[in-house]
Amino acid sequence: MTNGWVDIKNADVILAMGGNPAENHPCGFKWAIEAKKTRNAKLVVVDPRFTRTAAVADVYAQLRPGSDIAFLNGIIRYAIENKRFHEEYVKLFTNAPYLISEKFAFDEGLFSGWDDTTKSYDKAAWAYQPNPSTNTYDVDPTLQNPRCVFQLLKKHVDRYTPEMVERLTGTPKETFLNVAKVVTSTGNAERVGTITYALGWTQHSVGVQMIRAAAMLQLLLGNVGRPGGGVNALRGHSNIQGCTDMGGTFEILSGYLATPRSELPDLDTYLQKVPPKTLNGEPWASMNYWQNYPKFMVSLLKALYGKAASKDNDFGYSWLPKTDGNYSWMYLFDEMLRGSSNRAGGVEPGPEGLVTAGMNPAGIGPNAPKMIAALSKLKWLVVVDNYEIETATFWKAPPQYGGAPPAEIQTEVFQLPASGFAEKDGSFTNSARWIQWKWKAVDAPGQSKPDQEILARIFLAVRDLYQKEGGALPEAVLNVAWTYTNPANPDLGEVLREINGKALEDLFEPPKDPKDLKEPKKLLKAAGQQLDSFGQLRADGSTSCGNWLYTGCYTEAGNLTQRRNNADPSGLGMFHQWTFSWPANRRVMYNRASADGAGKAWDPSRPGIQWNGEKWGGPDVPDMAPDAPPGKFGAFIMLPEGAGRLFAPVLADGPFAEHYESVEPAIQNPLHPKVTSNPVSRRFSTKLDKYGTAAEFPIVCTTYRLTEMYHYWTKNTGRLNQLQPGFFVELPEQLAKESGIANGEQVRVISARGELQGVAMVTKRLGPMTVDGKPLWHIGLPIHWGYTGEEGHLGPLANMLTPSAMDANTWTPEFKTFLVRLEKGRPLKTS
Amino acid sequence: MPIQGLEVLQSSASLRGQSTGLRVMDKVSKYIDTSTCIGCKACEVACQEWNDLSVVPTQQVGTYQTLPTLQADFWNLIRFNEQEFEGGLAWLMRKDQCMHCADPGCLEACPAPGAIVQYANGIVDVNPENCIGCGLCETGCPFDVPRFSAKTGKMAKCTLCVDRVDSGLEPACIKACPTGCLHFGTKEDMVALGHERVKQLQANGFANAMLYDPPGVGGTGVVTVLAHGDKPELYGLPKDPHVPLSVSLSKRILKPLGIFAIGATLVGLFTHYMRTGPKKPHDGTPPGTGG
Repeated sequence: MTNGWVDIKNADVILAMGGNPAENHPCGFKWAIEAKKTRNAKLVVVDPRFTRTAAVADVYAQLRPGSDIAFLNGIIRYAIENKRFHEEYVKLFTNAPYLISEKFAFDEGLFSGWDDTTKSYDKAAWAYQPNPSTNTYDVDPTLQNPRCVFQLLKKHVDRYTPEMVERLTGTPKETFLNVAKVVTSTGNAERVGTITYALGWTQHSVGVQMIRAAAMLQLLLGNVGRPGGGVNALRGHSNIQGCTDMGGTFEILSGYLATPRSELPDLDTYLQKVPPKTLNGEPWASMNYWQNYPKFMVSLLKALYGKAASKDNDFGYSWLPKTDGNYSWMYLFDEMLRGSSNRAGGVEPGPEGLVTAGMNPAGIGPNAPKMIAALSKLKWLVVVDNYEIETATFWKAPPQYGGAPPAEIQTEVFQLPASGFAEKDGSFTNSARWIQWKWKAVDAPGQSKPDQEILARIFLAVRDLYQKEGGALPEAVLNVAWTYTNPANPDLGEVLREINGKALEDLFEPPKDPKDLKEPKKLLKAAGQQLDSFGQLRADGSTSCGNWLYTGCYTEAGNLTQRRNNADPSGLGMFHQWTFSWPANRRVMYNRASADGAGKAWDPSRPGIQWNGEKWGGPDVPDMAPDAPPGKFGAFIMLPEGAGRLFAPVLADGPFAEHYESVEPAIQNPLHPKVTSNPVSRRFSTKLDKYGTAAEFPIVCTTYRLTEMYHYWTKNTGRLNQLQPGFFVELPEQLAKESGIANGEQVRVISARGELQGVAMVTKRLGPMTVDGKPLWHIGLPIHWGYTGEEGHLGPLANMLTPSAMDANTWTPEFKTFLVRLEKGRPLKTS
Repeated sequence: MPIQGLEVLQSSASLRGQSTGLRVMDKVSKYIDTSTCIGCKACEVACQEWNDLSVVPTQQVGTYQTLPTLQADFWNLIRFNEQEFEGGLAWLMRKDQCMHCADPGCLEACPAPGAIVQYANGIVDVNPENCIGCGLCETGCPFDVPRFSAKTGKMAKCTLCVDRVDSGLEPACIKACPTGCLHFGTKEDMVALGHERVKQLQANGFANAMLYDPPGVGGTGVVTVLAHGDKPELYGLPKDPHVPLSVSLSKRILKPLGIFAIGATLVGLFTHYMRTGPKKPHDGTPPGTGG
């Protein structure tokens, strides 16, 4: 989230789209209810299903699964056409005035720079127009120049009229216009709106572009950086934010630094190529905070390799694994199945072993038959979990998953029993970026161990083997710093101290006059002291830091993530004394944009930061150099332009969002039938990668989660199994009638991957739709069942049906939109 | 279960309660705002956990609702109802549990002395020691709440967490509710809260919003905000609940009448005997001599 949970209570309008917050975040959702009760805020829900969030909404609009970009672009068009956007904000804080290269165009579903052989874009065609005489980039502050971003955006969304929105989304025109009116009522200084989203946006082949469209809308409305505003991702797991913060996916290191690619052989090249170059446009200079990359990267290397890392050996850069291919989920399992991997250096064998910790690939991966088949190709598999999950028993998957007979499977499977969430301490970082320490409540049963002990003991055993037997690049293991008091079970407080970072030598303030050798040196930090902020990090190896974003969470004052002081002087729910939020305990990111050109709050009743004539003051921690006067730097300090991107020249599938059909398209794309789906999102080609057509599978299917359950492990919990005792299929009333299926009867759902069967839940909450002039049905499946768990509460894996399809930027699987057909269920076996 | 500390206002099948009237207590109340309920069922689980109720076997029959109705081991149930209105679809959710009526029909119907009590704070509770498991309370309740437990042979229902309340805590369901749709306090405060919310709903277009606190049972300890207050039946609530005629008739009229009739009969028999003496045979032989 750019903002936070409590901050939602400050909103005048809450748009809940691409997610079901009442369902999946009932505790955080209380702040939306609070906004409704205390400021009569309006909750707007746009969703294919009338969900439990819709049940308490002021406005509900039904939307065809996957058509969110059409809807959002429609609102953008409406905002521009009706002048319902925050013009002053747009001119001050976005790249609306920037001029774009003459080469840039959009035609017939493709942006310029398309290479049909590589199926990717050459983004040089999307560049800003440089102005060589000023050494900056060309801008038009009046927003009139036809090549400026604002005019190009206007042109791009022009096709998304209310009629076209209705045609693409199935939302009746009047309903869409009502939503647009309510949402754009925040496009001014007096009002502010927030957008919350979750997997309903991320799990699409155009997922990143859906989020982009929302970010563009929020920038237009002037809602980013303001209390009650922002673009707010509701993370799914209680510590998934912490997980990604610490480098939870292959292409990032902790603090969202880039994992080095194999074509960057040394640290200098890495630091040359990776951090973005400052782009100084008009009217403001760009802080381009990522220019501090070297400080973050070197400090991280010092944390990883300790004393072994020095300037002479590139701080151990050569010991870091480099990415030489795509190691994301979809590719990993594809290579596992095929037994071969495409790497920069050529084709290599596929992965032979997998450690899965707190993760259930057989359950959660798309195309379950492919997942199970892939696992059976491994030589060994280690499952770290506190239940015997589907992955731990993949060879016993029921026959409909098409797995090989157990006798033919050579995989050696280990299960290491792990601790549950109440059985361990440590910090959880929530969606609001609050790093909250939590304490252990009960001991883990039997031989279960906490994650840190499991990982530490594996590491120590592996290191021992490298010491005794050598191996390929032993330094990468032998030189890892592992100085915990208890190396086999590191105290997580110690780990958090390491993440926060410390001074390795005495650190002095830079001299005011470098020429004056007599100027007394002012000591900032003594050697060994915890650092207070990432501003103290250095690129010369004198500081160590496991994650620059977390610096300040564990200082000499102690573990600030344990703070529970609920003082809230501003009344805006910032709670600066409650735990520590990254970065720098700032609660609302980009808060420079909460004030106007003179540094005065847009809305005095909801101030973020304000300029007092000499420096920036609260209530929040300024996201700006504290003494930089209002006209000096652009608000979006993490971007090289310093301006919010209405036009984003860096994404794999385009600088503007465009409506594409899903990888299994329900219809030909009326906007550009020749390029129906996202051209950058690829398909896979093993025998198990089957894709259907709308002719064979005329019904759109979506998958989702329920309040009562959490993924695949709550089917082990008796009380929760009471509340949601079994798998079901939600069907619209009319469709059920046409198919001869009554509520409570068994129904079969079939896709190109396979079929499953469950109880039909016939409902009014999935209504009929007319899409592209024709009726189109959609159904939904909750995902929480599988073949292991409490007796009487097993069920089919929803992922039996989902396709091998993914987002073009993040490779997140497209779970939310695929094609199926229905049949009456087969009679259940009586035992 | 009986709370020693709390005085009893009314007691089943007893002519009067044991209240000394010395301690004046505020009536407590549970406030439910159905317009902000998200049907998350935290309250269902909290109630079971606090009261140590067994896990109940359930089956997916095509609804989000956990069970069709309350059970002896399930005292608190969210009722779901999809309802079309002119303005669009609504998914109404109401927390169903004992209403803790001021005039409890269960207490009136109960033939076992002291099996059902109403404490001075308004909470209606079962005393299992005195309960004979006859099930008449189920007939007496206009909300269909009490349930006979085959396991214990006694009646079971929501106790408004009288054990927690007596210790100064709020009921378990209130504590568990994540969205603040449930509140607990004095009846006066909860009614005030309800009226405030009803006003807000009316201003937002729900012209028929009302606070459900039915006078037919003297008002209820549980007050419920209904956005569509003109149709409580959509929420599974009776429109104008009263203690059933069969119970009130039998307990308030027939029973006193019956007691009076028995008493009058005994008095009549005695009086007659005093006046008329023992029965004399028709042929003049003295009494006590057989013929």
